[in-house]
Amino acid sequence: MSAILPPSDRLWWKQPIDKVEWAWIAIAFVWGMIMFAMMIYWHVFGKQNLSNETYRTTPELFAAKAEKFIAENTIRTETDQNIPVVKVPAGGDGYLIARLWSWYPILELEKGQTYRIHLSSLDYQHGFSLQPVNINIQVLPGYEHVVKMTPTKAGTYAIVCNEYCGIGHSSMLGRIYVKGNQ
Amino acid sequence: MATTYRTCPVSGLQFEDQAEKLMRWNAVAGVLWLLVGGITALLVILTRWPAIKLLPADQFYLILTAHGIDMLILWILFFEMAVLYFASSTLLRCRLATPKIAWLGFWLMVVGGITTNIAIFQGESSVMFTSYVPMQAAPHFYLGIILVAVGALLGTAVFFGTLVVARKDKTYQGSLPLVTFGALTAAIIATFTILAGAGILIPTFLWSVGLIKEIDAQLYRMVWWGLGHSSQQINVAAHVSVWYLTAAVIFGAKPLSEKVSRFAFLLYILFLQLASAHHLLSDPGMSAEWKVLNTSYFMYFAVMASMIHGFTVPGAIEAAQRRKGYTNGLFEWLRKAPWGNPVFSGMFISLVSFGFLGGISGVVLGTEQINMLMHNTFYVPGHFHTTVVTGTTLAFMSITYLLVPVLFRREMILPKLCQIQPYLFGISMSVLGLVMMGAGTLGVSRRHWDMAFSGAPFQYEWPGAAYLMMGLTGIFGVIAVVGGGLWILLVVGSLLFGKKLDGGKVSSQPTPIPPSTQAASAVAHGSDHVGVPGTVVLALLLFVSFVLYYFVNWKYLSEVWLLS
Repeated sequence: MSAILPPSDRLWWKQPIDKVEWAWIAIAFVWGMIMFAMMIYWHVFGKQNLSNETYRTTPELFAAKAEKFIAENTIRTETDQNIPVVKVPAGGDGYLIARLWSWYPILELEKGQTYRIHLSSLDYQHGFSLQPVNINIQVLPGYEHVVKMTPTKAGTYAIVCNEYCGIGHSSMLGRIYVKGNQ
Repeated sequence: MATTYRTCPVSGLQFEDQAEKLMRWNAVAGVLWLLVGGITALLVILTRWPAIKLLPADQFYLILTAHGIDMLILWILFFEMAVLYFASSTLLRCRLATPKIAWLGFWLMVVGGITTNIAIFQGESSVMFTSYVPMQAAPHFYLGIILVAVGALLGTAVFFGTLVVARKDKTYQGSLPLVTFGALTAAIIATFTILAGAGILIPTFLWSVGLIKEIDAQLYRMVWWGLGHSSQQINVAAHVSVWYLTAAVIFGAKPLSEKVSRFAFLLYILFLQLASAHHLLSDPGMSAEWKVLNTSYFMYFAVMASMIHGFTVPGAIEAAQRRKGYTNGLFEWLRKAPWGNPVFSGMFISLVSFGFLGGISGVVLGTEQINMLMHNTFYVPGHFHTTVVTGTTLAFMSITYLLVPVLFRREMILPKLCQIQPYLFGISMSVLGLVMMGAGTLGVSRRHWDMAFSGAPFQYEWPGAAYLMMGLTGIFGVIAVVGGGLWILLVVGSLLFGKKLDGGKVSSQPTPIPPSTQAASAVAHGSDHVGVPGTVVLALLLFVSFVLYYFVNWKYLSEVWLLS
């Protein structure tokens, strides 16, 4: 008779399903198909898709590549810690190190240009959270993730770490400058 | 083994002696963990409230780790063990299989829970609920969780065994009751989940004592979420079963269609494991094809299953109410529902909050590209406080108002406060979830001690609205803690001081469930069919909100930097 007793009709699987229930199941099914199609549609026509380009790496290897990039492209240093500000060549590769507890170095980009930003961690897991744009990407040690980014607006952006990485986690703040077109 | 069976005079439910004791001990242990989880919740809330910021960073992360473990694993698992024993031994009116193994499972879970908590409060294991490698906790942190998992696996095995006992002793005829069937799906998912957990936590434990050199960060995330998300599917299957149970007990409601409801539970088993992939959508190590496929298995059948339950549970209530004569208009059945009975009000708030807030936000969050807008932001805990708290915890709280008199034979004290409690807790927790999601939409991070970034080389000023949302999080969080604390007080107070109730007749033999008569069968075959127009309206409202919110987020996504 009720949900806490065995079905009163022993052949419950032969009972017809009400039209209204069928209609709701159909709505749910079609909606599921639409949501599935949306993800594929966005891969074809959308402009915000997370890159698939990932390489295995090691902290030493990634740090070496990043240091080379920094040495070649630094334009100035900032703050009393002399953090290098590195101008990423338009259309070129930029490296961003995540480590306890900083994003290194500061990157300088130009609006409307597309960059290949290499992300990896030298120690724990970190979270690349670009603010106030609000793009969030997981950063793992051992994986070099190449994300193609095209800034759409000039300004000063913050990179918040949003994967918990220990006691200094909340002070792990990085910076990206986006210059307007000259 | 000799045992006895007690028939509760209030409910007619029949409790086998061993099963009854196990349910009581598991429920009480669950409530005690909820108490620890609640105290830590208050400390977390008072620290994330920017105007108060109570704890220093190290203590905050310690307390947050404890909050996650004690709530998500310990409170819920202990209560779920009670639900499993209830759905098997009590509903099928049979003895519990191997009660000694069930007790071993219980004590393993107790020892494991305490061990992990010791590790956390010693301060060397503030690694959060997820304990992502290569951040390392003390070995006994992992060991405790492994013990809990083994204990839960034993409890699950006893549940399966009890189903076999009932079948063998012929205490029921035909198919399992729907609630037991739902619990069975929860137990099957639990078995998968615990095996995935063993697959990752045992190597991690070995790594923490130095026997394994390295664990890959991406591999850990993938296997760990086989535990982490799937365990939430156990909760969903369990609390949906509790919804059906409540509808059956309060209204005598029967499912609109046994076939549809059971099919929906089956879909959980087939499709919910994949939801683990939702946690890896913004990860570097998986391809887009992998993400799209695993987010949906092409067809979102798991979402469909929840949408079906979201329809059939209120539908069953509406049908039962209409049969009783509440047939005026679309919603008389709902208006005339027993809103003063906390068993019902809690269950209904749980249903609405889980569907509208938890369900919709979960699907949006689990969409491959949209995930980038929310991954690891405060949106994520906002989402799961409306699934696992207003969904699971509130459902468990409301059914407890039934269990205290029936199982513990005590009258609830302070009935007026009992009436208020589900509203106080359910509504404040729902608003809390909403404002947390609001803060997350503005980018605020989860698991983050300081919105002001003190000590950082730069400054970043969150938008004023983000501070407003975090302030509201503080206010509604405190109210929710009060609502949860009130429940603990009422339950513990009733167990200690509630009026003792008559236990009912005790017999040495179980009384089997009487077979349904021909007449009942005929009735079930449609002669009493009633439409459920009110439920249709509610379901369409859910659907429209779902579609709108889903596409609003694509709009948000289209406005951020271009990524490829």
